This record gives sequence, C-alpha cells and structure tokens, in this order.
Amino acid sequence: MRVELRAITKRFGSFTANDEISVTVEPGQIHCLLGENGAGKSTLMNVLFGLLHPDDGQILIDGEPVLFTNSGEAVRAGIGMVHQHFMLVPVFSVAENVVLGFEPTKSFDRVDHAKANQSIRDASERFGLAVDPEAIVEDLPVGIQQRVEILKALNHNAELLILDEPTAVLTPQEIDALMEIMRSLKSAGKSILFISHKLREVREISDVITVIRQGRVVGTAQPTDSEAQLASMMVGRDVILTVEKEAREPGDTVLEIRDLVVRDDRGLAAVDGVTLDVHAGEIVALAGIQGNGQTELVEALAGVRRVESGTIMLGGRDLTNASPREMLDAGLGHVPEDRQRDGLVLSMTVADNLVLNTPRREPFAHRGTRRLGAVRENALNRIKDFDIRTESPNSLVSSLSGGNQQKVIVARELSRPLTVLVAAQPTRGLDVGSIEYVHRQMVHERNEGQGILVVSSELDEVLALGDRVAVMHKGRITGIVAPTTSRETIGLLMTGATVAEATHA
Amino acid sequence: MPKFRKPNLRRISASPVLVTFFAVALGLVVGAIVIVVTSTPVLDAWRGIFHSWGAPGHAINMTFNHVGAAYRDMFTGSIIDPQTFWHALTSGKGWPAAMTPISETLTYATPLVIASIGVGICFQTGIFNIGANGQAIIGGIAGTAVGAFVHLPTIFLIPITLASGIAGGMLAGAIPGLLKAWTGAHEVIVTIMLNYVIANFLIFTLLSTSLQLPGQQNDLSRTLRPGAILAPIFGASTGLRVNYGVFIAIGVVVFAWWFLERSSLGFEYRVSGANPNAARVSGIKPRRVVIGVFLISGGLSGLAGITQVAGTTHYIDGGFLIGNAGIGFTAITVALLGRNRPMGIVWGSLLFAALGVGGRSMQAATGIPLDLATVIQSAVVLFVATPALVKELFRLRATSTSAVQLATQGWSS
Repeated sequence: MRVELRAITKRFGSFTANDEISVTVEPGQIHCLLGENGAGKSTLMNVLFGLLHPDDGQILIDGEPVLFTNSGEAVRAGIGMVHQHFMLVPVFSVAENVVLGFEPTKSFDRVDHAKANQSIRDASERFGLAVDPEAIVEDLPVGIQQRVEILKALNHNAELLILDEPTAVLTPQEIDALMEIMRSLKSAGKSILFISHKLREVREISDVITVIRQGRVVGTAQPTDSEAQLASMMVGRDVILTVEKEAREPGDTVLEIRDLVVRDDRGLAAVDGVTLDVHAGEIVALAGIQGNGQTELVEALAGVRRVESGTIMLGGRDLTNASPREMLDAGLGHVPEDRQRDGLVLSMTVADNLVLNTPRREPFAHRGTRRLGAVRENALNRIKDFDIRTESPNSLVSSLSGGNQQKVIVARELSRPLTVLVAAQPTRGLDVGSIEYVHRQMVHERNEGQGILVVSSELDEVLALGDRVAVMHKGRITGIVAPTTSRETIGLLMTGATVAEATHA
Repeated sequence: MPKFRKPNLRRISASPVLVTFFAVALGLVVGAIVIVVTSTPVLDAWRGIFHSWGAPGHAINMTFNHVGAAYRDMFTGSIIDPQTFWHALTSGKGWPAAMTPISETLTYATPLVIASIGVGICFQTGIFNIGANGQAIIGGIAGTAVGAFVHLPTIFLIPITLASGIAGGMLAGAIPGLLKAWTGAHEVIVTIMLNYVIANFLIFTLLSTSLQLPGQQNDLSRTLRPGAILAPIFGASTGLRVNYGVFIAIGVVVFAWWFLERSSLGFEYRVSGANPNAARVSGIKPRRVVIGVFLISGGLSGLAGITQVAGTTHYIDGGFLIGNAGIGFTAITVALLGRNRPMGIVWGSLLFAALGVGGRSMQAATGIPLDLATVIQSAVVLFVATPALVKELFRLRATSTSAVQLATQGWSS
C-alpha cells in the first residue's frame, strides 16, 4: 500500500502545527519521521489516523484521495497505529486484547478462545512476534506489551503501521528485538512510519528519513548520513553530540551509600545491599534496565522511601531515613524520575515551580510572607541562564514542552548550594537539543566540583556522562567499570553477570 | 477573494467567572420553570390555550407576570425596594425600612462567608471538609458558654468569646485532621459522621448542662451577656440587624487572601492540594499540612458559629445550624461556587444569602414556597459543577481545566 500525505496543513488557533507537509510512504518501506518534540510529528500522525482533520491538503492511498473522519475509517483503510502509551486492557489475555471488538465466536455467541489463540500464534510466526497468546497483559514486560499492540494492528489487516516513539519505553535488548520485528514486517510487505528523535535507531532501521522542524519538512535524509548531519537538520544548527569532558581528579566523598536495603511497595527488597560512593567533581552513572531497584534507591536518597538497613551519608553526615526536608537542607539536589508526578506542580506558574522546595528561604519569603518580587526576579534570571522557553514567568508549567519542564527542575535544583546532585532519567523523553543542554549543564557542574549521581537506562547517556559506571541488576551493583568499557560488557552486567564473567565473554 | 468571517459565538472565552455568571442565569431559568409548573392558575391558563383566540396570549402574560412577580419580590426583599428607597430619598425619612432588605442579606451572609472561606482553604489543599457544620456548632457552644458566664468588660469579653468559638472549632477540626494524618482515615467519612455526633452533642449540652436556660425544660441555652454581643452597626433602634460581625467577615477575607496568595504556608498547602507527590518530594510534610489545614478550617467554622450567635441569635437552641440553617453545609456549595477564592466566596455568599432572604419575602407576598430559593441555589451549584454543559449551552470557547473542575475532582484520593 502506498500512502501519500500531500501538503498537509493543520493549525491550532494562530499556531501552525503542520505547514504543508508532504510525505510519501512506499509499500514495504520503513519511513522515519525525525524531529524534535513539538516539531509536529504527532499532529501529522493524528491527521493521518483520522483523529484530527487537516485544514488543508490531501491524503492519498494508492493514488486515491481519502478523507478519514475518525480512526475507525483509517483502520478499515489499512492503517494501524501503535501509540506511545499502550491502549490495552491489563487484566485480559494477549489473545483477548488482540481480538477485542472482532472476537471469533462459537455457538451462543461465546468467544472462541481456541480460534483466537491460534490466530495469534499464526501471526506471531509469520512476523516473528513471539508472544504467548494466553499470557495476561499486565504480567508482561513493556516490550512484549508493545508486540501485543502491533499484533492488534496486524489483526485489523494493517498495511501501514504507525509507530509513535516506540523505543522510548524499551530496554536496549527490547529495542533490538523491535528492530528485528520491524524488518520482518517489512519483508512481509508492510510499510512502517516510524516516529523518533533517536538518531542511532533511525539510522539503523530506516529506508528513508524525512526531517521535520517547526511544522515544516526541512528535507529528506539517508540512513547513511552521519548522526551529526541528522541532528543539525533536526535542530536547525550544529549540535555537539559527544559531551566534551576533560579528566578531573575526584575530591572528597560527598555521598556514601553503605549496604543499603530498601523495600518496594510490595515489600520486596528492591535495593538489596547497595554500596556506592560519589565524590566531589565526579559523575557516577548508574546503569541498569528499568525496574532493577534504581527508582527505589533514588527515592530512599530523596527521603521519600524508608531505608530498611544500611546507611546514607551526605557530606559526612549520617542521614539514613531523614525526611525529604532534611535531605534538601543538607544539600541534596534531586531531579526526580517522573518529573510531572514528583517534580512539578503543573497547575502552577514557572516562577512558583522554580521555588517549589525553597518557598520559605530568603529572599523568597520573609517572616512567613512570600516576596513575590524576589520570586519573579529569580524566575527571570533562571529563565535567562537556563534558556527556559516560556512566554513569561507567570505561564503555567503545563504550557511548557517536556524539555523546558525538565529545564525548570534542573534550574531549580542547580540554583541552590548542593552537596550532591541525584538525577534520575534526566533526559527521558527530551529532544536532542534539550539532551545536549542538560548534559552540558551536568558536566559543567561536575567541572565546578559538584558530585553527581546520574541514574539512566539509556546506555548512550551513561557512557557519555559517567566518570565511573555502576551497573545495577536486581537490587545489587553487579559492577563498577570505566566508561570506556564496551557496550556488550555493560549489557551483560545489566543482565546480572559479574565483572569477571562479562569481560571474559 | 475577500473572505467573510462568520459571526463566531465560540469566540467568547469561557472564563470561570463567565461560566459562573451563566450558571446563575440558568439557575434562575430553572426556578422560573418550577414556578410555572407548580402554579395552578398559570397551568390552567396554558390548558385553555385552544379554547379561545386570546387564550395563548393570556397564558404567556400569566406566565411572565407570575415569574416576574416572584423574582421582583425576591429582589426587593433581599437587595432594595425602589419604592421605599425613593420615598426615603425624597422625604429623608424611612431610611431603616429602605435598608432592611440589604441589611438582612448581609446579616445572613456574614457567618456564611467565614465558614465558606474555611471550606475553600481546605479544598485548595485537596482536603474535603464536610464537617464545617459540626465545627461551627462546637464553636457556637464553646463561644456561648464563655459569653454567657464570663463577667468582663465588652472590650475583653468579645475577643474571648470569639476566641473560644475558634478554639472549639479547631478542636472539632483536629479530630478528622489527626485521624487522617496518623491512620489515613478518609476525612469525608469522618467529618460526615462527626456532624451527627456533634448535632446530638448539641442537644445533650442544651438539656443536661448548666448552659441550659435556668427554669427551662426545652433545649434552649442561656443568653449571651450584653458585653459578648456583636452590636448592630446602626444601633438597635433602627431595627437593622446587620452587625459588627461584618467586619470580622471582612477580616477573614483579607486573612484568607494573604494566606492563600502571599504566605509561605499557604503556598505549601496549595502545592499539597495540586500535587501531593511533588509536595512530599519538595519537603512538605503531608501530616502537618492535613492537621494544619483542619485546624485553620475548623477554627474558621467555629468563628462562623459564634459570629452567628453573637451577632444574630444571642443564644442557641436545638435547631442551631440544623436543617436549612446549616451554614456549614451551604458553605461547601458556596466555596464551590466561589471557586475557593476569597472574593469568589464573598459573591457566592451574598447570592445565597439574597436568595434565602428574598425567598422569604417572596413567600410572604406571592405564596410561592421558600423552597424555590433552595431549588435555585441547588440548580446554580449543579450548573457550576458541570462547566462543560454551561459552555455548550452558551457556546463558549473551551479553556483549560478550570478551578471549578479542580475543586470537584479528587474524591478518590
């Protein structure tokens, strides 16, 4: 199936999200839409999928103009979409989710589970999508849930699959598996529209790359183009992808974690005897597949999760099981993993969010009354220093893009005197420009003598930032290695191998 | 080619204030419908529209006259009666009579503003204080106990009476606050149940303690000592009941504005209400917030209770703040109507007080039952709570989540 988007224009009020965008996807092609967050990729896909109506332009399928008024019509025309956030019923089995709405039935309108399971197995085999049809969706890892979404689209006879930022939630191993699936779908004649801002993946899998910036197509690129070329097209200026970092002698120990045990919400030891030091002027990168205790470790450091045993020393003071307030006052900078849940109040202004954890501090307040002038001035300075893109200090944080929301948090944490900065997934969901910015900021702080612990499930980030790389698996540190260590070795450590095993393999 | 722009009604932005205004208008429309369908002569006129040529016009006339009379009486009974006002203006006499409606409305609004501010502060902190009424009753009992027994000059007695009202309300508010902070008990359940406990405690106090009026078998309290009474502003001789409690209410409004908009503590409370997770990570202690906001809200409810006693009734009986007089319950709807903001609450209280006061004079003049005022009040709240409906009816352009929606969500938390 050949799908052509011709001069699509979509406006929201005075804002033009898509400005005469034209893209053609040939049958059996993996076509990548590359662009920063907010460039208009998702808007374009929603237009194609019938969720939004274009103000101008045409969609042609196999040369015939079509007009979708809802997603059902798009599905019937052979377009399938896998959203970033999955639309699955968690308590249903894989097969039940896939056939939902189109269930094969036996007599008396009973769902024919055997037939449903068989059809999943057939599809799994044809496209190399290994999934157990009887497994319950909520028990499955994210990577497998995504396969279920793909199977669902294929079950509706999709000829063109839209994958919206499919790798954002996946581990490195799962990403490799997804790439395999995409290749086998391609060889089965399906077309894929792949939306991403991750250059490595885009280059690895795409046949054609269309780069979008600020709602316009800025050009077409080849997967053979270098990452730097793609990045500069996407951002509109030259981007430094590698973080410049001169060697630096680490100073005193600022964060000392000893034999730490922390339980998760189910009462299991999510952190199971972790010992780790962070020195002044050093970035320690904590790598690991999501869900191996990193979240609980950071929560314990921030004082919001109880420590079962072991100690946390901050700047030489024992602060095991201190309150979040005591941790903040002792100089813990904290960039939380889920910024919208734990880091910001979306319904409040940028200025208020910039003093979220220091509202009582001079000069922001005096004897219990807030000094709004000082709060505003602080905001203006932070907005300038950290290049936060906002209309004004009084704009609601919810109106900012993800990258700028993260800048608000980073600006807030770095603008007070810190002993150590703990940043959890600091660039998750950010575009290249913002990632570059956050990385440079952290290296700058490290050069200034700041001790930093970066927790990340992005291997690229870990290797780019870390002076030392600690790898976590099932609540334990499996190894602390140099950032020059090969990806394979670190990958093995992430799956539980010891340093000896990993380097030997 | 010149483009002609269609007149686009959706261009009017749906600001929360506008939505509230339209909700009030819709409430009055609902009230009008109720007047029509419950009035036998009007209904008869409509039944007869096919009987003669003039009948339809007659029916329409009847309808407008009937509804018009009811709403006119409501207005003249609660705000101002142009006739008596004109008379006072021209003759210089009869000012008290001209001012009586507005005085009555202010009298009713005074404790309502105070209680609603307390509830509004709770809402902004993400806490549902359904127990304002019980806290106000305790405040009334505590304040009356002091004001009826203590011998002190007015300058000391009034502050002490009011302070004991506040303390009583704080005590009643501390119970759900502490229970939620230390056991996680849901404040809605606890406060609703405490209302029953306190209503019975009121009867017990009035029947079995020395607060009961000596020589009485009924549930009636002693009267406040003259020094504990908030005097009528224009003197007792004018008959205007509006009293110095108005200034207490104004003080509370100013305090609430400072607290919510300017104080560090209020900022932390609002952060807790808007995002409890971020509040905790930012070092705000959830337990302190819950207990603190219940103390503030309870204290204000208690102050509302004792203001009602000291300003208007001067004693309490078994019907104190019970049923229709339950300002603590009305406060919840007023806070919602005023979007939990001090000035919004002032307007909401004045509207509700005017509907109540005007409803009484409408009942006296036209025989339409006072309950109509309650119907209008309820309809207004219903429309305020469903902004999407109002926006659709008046074709307003949608804006982002309004404060009204924020105030009405979160029962599951």
